[in-house]
Amino acid sequence: MNHIAPGARAGIYHYDAIDRRFVGERVEQFRKQVDRRLAGELTEEEFKPIRLMNGLYLQLHAYMLRIAVPYGVMSAVQLRKLAEIGRTYDKGYGHFTTRQNLQYNWIKLEDTPAILNALADVDMHALQTSGNCVRNVTTDQFVGAAKDEVVDGRVYAEILRQWTTLHPEFTYLPRKFKIAISGAASDRAAVRVHDVGLLARRNEAGEAGFTFYVGGGLGRSPFIGKLVREWVAEEDFVAYLEAILRVYNQYGRRDNIYKARIKILVHELGLEKFKAEVEEEFARLRGPKYRLDPAIVAEIRTHFAPPPFEDLPETSDALARAKAENPAFANWVAVNVAEHKAPGYAIATISLKPPGGIPGDATCDQMDLIADLAERYSFGELRVSHVQNIVLAHVKQDELFALWQQLDAAGLGTANAGLIGDIIACPGLDYCALANARSIPLAQALSARFADPVRQRTIGELGIKISGCINACGHHHVGAIGILGVDKKGTEFYQITVGGDPTLTTAIGDILGPSLTEEETVDAIEAIVEVYLAHRTEGERFLDTLARVGHGPFKERIYAAD
Amino acid sequence: MPSPDGTLHAITANRLRDGVVVFLAAGGAWVESFADAALLTKAEAEPALAAAKAQAEGDQFGVDVYAFEVERADGAAQPVKMRERIRALGPSVRLDLGKQAAA
Repeated sequence: MNHIAPGARAGIYHYDAIDRRFVGERVEQFRKQVDRRLAGELTEEEFKPIRLMNGLYLQLHAYMLRIAVPYGVMSAVQLRKLAEIGRTYDKGYGHFTTRQNLQYNWIKLEDTPAILNALADVDMHALQTSGNCVRNVTTDQFVGAAKDEVVDGRVYAEILRQWTTLHPEFTYLPRKFKIAISGAASDRAAVRVHDVGLLARRNEAGEAGFTFYVGGGLGRSPFIGKLVREWVAEEDFVAYLEAILRVYNQYGRRDNIYKARIKILVHELGLEKFKAEVEEEFARLRGPKYRLDPAIVAEIRTHFAPPPFEDLPETSDALARAKAENPAFANWVAVNVAEHKAPGYAIATISLKPPGGIPGDATCDQMDLIADLAERYSFGELRVSHVQNIVLAHVKQDELFALWQQLDAAGLGTANAGLIGDIIACPGLDYCALANARSIPLAQALSARFADPVRQRTIGELGIKISGCINACGHHHVGAIGILGVDKKGTEFYQITVGGDPTLTTAIGDILGPSLTEEETVDAIEAIVEVYLAHRTEGERFLDTLARVGHGPFKERIYAAD
Repeated sequence: MPSPDGTLHAITANRLRDGVVVFLAAGGAWVESFADAALLTKAEAEPALAAAKAQAEGDQFGVDVYAFEVERADGAAQPVKMRERIRALGPSVRLDLGKQAAA
């Protein structure tokens, strides 16, 4: 066993004996279930829900195993194990997803118990990554480090993990259930497009509490989460969420998979009626049994204690010198490095989006390198972001140049975080059994078209998000420019939307016009960018210009010849 | 023989134990290469599919058994839909992976 010791490292939840025994028992249970399936004692119909409960899907080329990275945070030791599994049981790479998880694409059913056993050795598993349960809770990739953070979302995400994993009422929900938590002034977790979106805040007394949004989601019927309660005190956190899930369990539709998510229930029941039902249930639940004991919160918080930061000046002379001497490094710092709450430290985003690359893919060698760098520069801890990048959250400003040099040498030094090259793309028809069209080739073509770092910075903040089908795993609805792949009589076409926004000013993008071929789409995106640059005023982001001038100039440019 | 509209069909599955894409060959064996797949008329495909489903599930050999359309282009057979072409070859963005890598 190679468990993560608390103390000198950054905050990682370390399993206790109960966690470890539970995960071990689940591995052994699944091993027997696989044996029974291979022996013909279970039919595929009987086995499918079981394998899905263990993160195992059947995709186009093989089984796909989705590994849970709870709230996107893991240790260098865990990442090295993922690299080892990728080499031993897959084809030398993995895919980081918009749910802050990791997927292997070439898994054998007969190997899966051994893989889950290897994961358990480093306190990992594939639970709650599939099926109609509460999925792996996601949060801000800068959690515990961001300068604008008010409440550490990891603490409450971990409480939810423990509360939901074995909860008997939540094992067979009407449909999957996704929760996101943000505890900072800026929403980096897209909370309002989740089934439940939580903003962790503090009141005037400094006490933690939560604003609840319910019924957000993407997919074929996109909805923005509705404000259900402005303030839920910390001690009522579990009771209120349980009340929401009970109402969903009772009234959520099970007769139609397309109408089974809570967003449809909130929409059809109406917000006021839904709120009334939740409040009634909450009133019943509220009490000693469901009170979140501050002692439990405090105990879990100890797992996420800040690492032993050195006492450093606010800014670094070494960093300033390195930036002055190396423009490429200065550009990377300007784009990929964010402010840290501790003086002298910084948050570094490692882009998994090189020009022409596959968004979110990392080779096992790259994973090993990132693990080494996390050990060397970030207290042995790293995060997966929902935009499919990796984050080293606690890097000394003095050491950013050394970090960047090693990243750059390995092809991981791309400076495009938050820019047009930082494209979210689902696996699409190259891997996914549900997809209608390929996503990755379009992402590759676009990131290559906009590869010039100077041009990217000139364009500024502009997120492109691509989905290969209406299930919207690529979050296209909330892309400033969204692209949806569709199948038209056997040919791949792409529908462009504009104006989507995943932050607190959440917006679902509008369809710009008829769908286009892949080649036309790349040209159309370039045309959209040119129209934006021609119309923008000083300091305007793409979304600001679009809001001011409307769709007209963009439509005119793309479709005028039709 | 092709059906009157010229459309042919092939039958495919994923192998249970490892998920590998397989195709039904003439004589009822399962093969890994699309080039070795039996090409069937619509009339032939229906009973062949029913038999293949029963056999694959009964023997714990394969899952997700279905038929797909095939066309002839430049003298060679190829799946009509992109999805089936990708299954037969591998990801279009990773030519080093899948069946295309071994070809």
